[in-house]
Amino acid sequence: MKFVDEFRDSEKAQVLRQAIHQVARELEPRLARPWQIMEFCGGHTHTIFRYGIEQMLPDCIEMVHGPGCPVCVLPMGRVDDCVTIAENPAVIFTTFGDAMRVPGSQKSLLQARAEGADIRMVYSPMDALSLAKKHPEREVVFFALGFETTMPSTALTVLQAEREGIKNFSLFCNHISTAPTIQAVLDEPDLMLDGFLAPGHVAMVIGLEPFQFIARDYRKPLTITGFEPLDILQALWMLLQQLAENRCSVENQYTRVVQAQGNAAALKAIHQVFETRDFFELRGLGSIDHSGVGMRPEYAAFDAEQKFKVKNLTITDPQDCQCGAVIKGLIKPWECQIFGKRCTPENPMGALMVSSEGACAAYYNHGYGRDAA
Amino acid sequence: MCLGIPGQISAITDTTRHLAKVNVGGVLREVNIACIAEDGADPQALIGAWVLVHVGFAMSRIDEDEAKRTLQILDELGELQAEHQAMQTSGARA
Amino acid sequence: MSNVNKLAGKTITLAHGAGGKAMRELIDEVFVKGFANPELASLEDQARFDLTELVAQGNRLALTTDSYVVDPLFFPGGDIGKLAVTGTVNDLAMSGAVPLYLTCGMILEEGFAIDELIKIVTSMKVTADEAGVKIVTGDTKVVHKGAADKCFINTAGVGVIPAHIQMAATQAQVGDKIIVNGFIGDHGAAIVDARGELALESSILSDCQPLHDLVQTMLKVCPTIHCLRDATRGGVATVLNEFAQSSQVGIKLQQSVIPIRDEVRGMCEILGLDPLYLANEGKLVAVVPPEAAEAVLAAMRLHPAGVNSVMIGEVQAIPKGRVLLNTGFGGERLLDKLVGEQLPRIC
Repeated sequence: MKFVDEFRDSEKAQVLRQAIHQVARELEPRLARPWQIMEFCGGHTHTIFRYGIEQMLPDCIEMVHGPGCPVCVLPMGRVDDCVTIAENPAVIFTTFGDAMRVPGSQKSLLQARAEGADIRMVYSPMDALSLAKKHPEREVVFFALGFETTMPSTALTVLQAEREGIKNFSLFCNHISTAPTIQAVLDEPDLMLDGFLAPGHVAMVIGLEPFQFIARDYRKPLTITGFEPLDILQALWMLLQQLAENRCSVENQYTRVVQAQGNAAALKAIHQVFETRDFFELRGLGSIDHSGVGMRPEYAAFDAEQKFKVKNLTITDPQDCQCGAVIKGLIKPWECQIFGKRCTPENPMGALMVSSEGACAAYYNHGYGRDAA
Repeated sequence: MCLGIPGQISAITDTTRHLAKVNVGGVLREVNIACIAEDGADPQALIGAWVLVHVGFAMSRIDEDEAKRTLQILDELGELQAEHQAMQTSGARA
Repeated sequence: MSNVNKLAGKTITLAHGAGGKAMRELIDEVFVKGFANPELASLEDQARFDLTELVAQGNRLALTTDSYVVDPLFFPGGDIGKLAVTGTVNDLAMSGAVPLYLTCGMILEEGFAIDELIKIVTSMKVTADEAGVKIVTGDTKVVHKGAADKCFINTAGVGVIPAHIQMAATQAQVGDKIIVNGFIGDHGAAIVDARGELALESSILSDCQPLHDLVQTMLKVCPTIHCLRDATRGGVATVLNEFAQSSQVGIKLQQSVIPIRDEVRGMCEILGLDPLYLANEGKLVAVVPPEAAEAVLAAMRLHPAGVNSVMIGEVQAIPKGRVLLNTGFGGERLLDKLVGEQLPRIC
């Protein structure tokens, strides 16, 4: 497969590995602890585990797996709202597959489906709109979640529904914004992070500018990073070079896809349909100012939150969960007191065990720390 | 987050609704191309273009030259390492 | 079927399961005609076998049962009828048994088209003939509309295991080689595609095929194959985890040599699925002593069901009970058992 196989080449991986080890030798004596690099995005976490990238890195470089997995950070109260909407007999509730397993306070969407709710997995919000056209007598709700990468697709689907005059389609909007979420991590007083691998597909939509504050105000260098294993190694190499040379800027490794200004058509659609919320809760991180978007009043007719008078419950995570500390890199997943004991992928207690992209689930599924647990 | 995969546009299926067929490893899927269609340009010109697909939407055109450049940097880095190593070995012999 | 069936164009009603004239007609017209063999035609409540004939073939009986509920009933490369025969034949074959007889229990939903049923029965007969097994007894139930999805099939099977064959999941030994008989994930991908919910188009065919003859070929070359299992639900990864745990050994795979079709890869990339966990219906995983591995592989490649056979890894001492995958990128990762069903990963 073009643009995939070339970026999984093992010879080039060895070249990068050597280059990374070389820079790391320079960096190692400068800090008493390992250098901590956060990959923000769950997609990067997935690639890192899938290709065994952590084993290729020197000991003085430590990856911290950030909160950029929208399925993981979905608060339980919102899942409960989903279940309530989905259990309405007039509704066909449509969702991406990986959101189905996320536990609410009572049940997940998978369990609600087993109990009879009409919940359907779709690949694209467009498919949900097609279902609405096919079932004019039902209300089709699409569970919109994800960072800026996914926002254009749901916004464009709403605009398409408006153009076609489709009245039985709405979004349950749970989109979240990248910059405020990273900022919440950066504002952690005990933070030890030294740099970021930033999400390439978010940057493809919003461009480089929204990431500048990280380098400018927080003095942390970052690399906009693609999703193939060579992308990750190359981005890491670029980042370590910045650290070694005491530079601090936003660099773009993923130039084949990301343009500095982002995607104008996508941004236009986002701004037309969505507006920033005052605050939004993220599981494991708590309430964060301006971290979510909701639908503009002009599109109230397509807003499931309005159509179904969603309660917007806040349900706190179980007390023993230490997801927040893991996300910020303060502890390793297996250092959490319930990791692998009461919290497993079969029965997740905390946000990070929920999706295979969550840091804890990734560690658990790949055997790390399990013997210790 | 944000699973995206390269595919090649093989046909334009609906000009007004911005729909096209994209081929990923021989699997076809209809995707929305509103984010990559340029105003006023003939969408037929997009046939053959490589795009990054996310949840049924083509979100970006993939720049083939940039992809080559990225790989070229790694090739050059590899050559540099090989030269360096060769120098070290010959140095050791001397 | 050669002659036009009396029930063509009709649908299943509750009367077809009520024990009366309609049921008798369904059995005669569809099943007896379709399966066409003397044991079934006698319409006793049970099939009867001559024991001496069985004893001559081996010293143990293999007995298995499996239910088939695939949706859709007809998919590229097969249908529920073909699957109901190959699945049970393969379960028998993995013990080294020569499969002999199958049963066929059908649960039909009221309103199901008899033409479709005839197609399914015909497909079962063709597949059974191919596999050299007879469908010797059966049962039909009809349930109310909505109480089942069109047509469910249960088949049980009996076969005889030759005395010298001793394969088990506990037998894997350090140094053994892991062999798979071709491209993996085809069935799972074909079903995702055939369901149409994700609106993908491909030409992937299910790999649904009987494997008993391939197994006999392998056993001829090496009667001491250690473990053998077909990689159905949960895929190749699940079978290897079962071997690793049962035998308390480690298994190391080489990602780069595992045969996966481009289209299956494409579908997995789009949906964020892992082909190692996709279902197969015509693929087996064998654990073979190292000294016989090359010969077994060569024999498999000469068999139509094993043309694309490959050695994909080997058994090692550690980590006990775990399967490791060399990613071909410089690292390795643990290939765990599947938790729940594999859901498309999109964000």
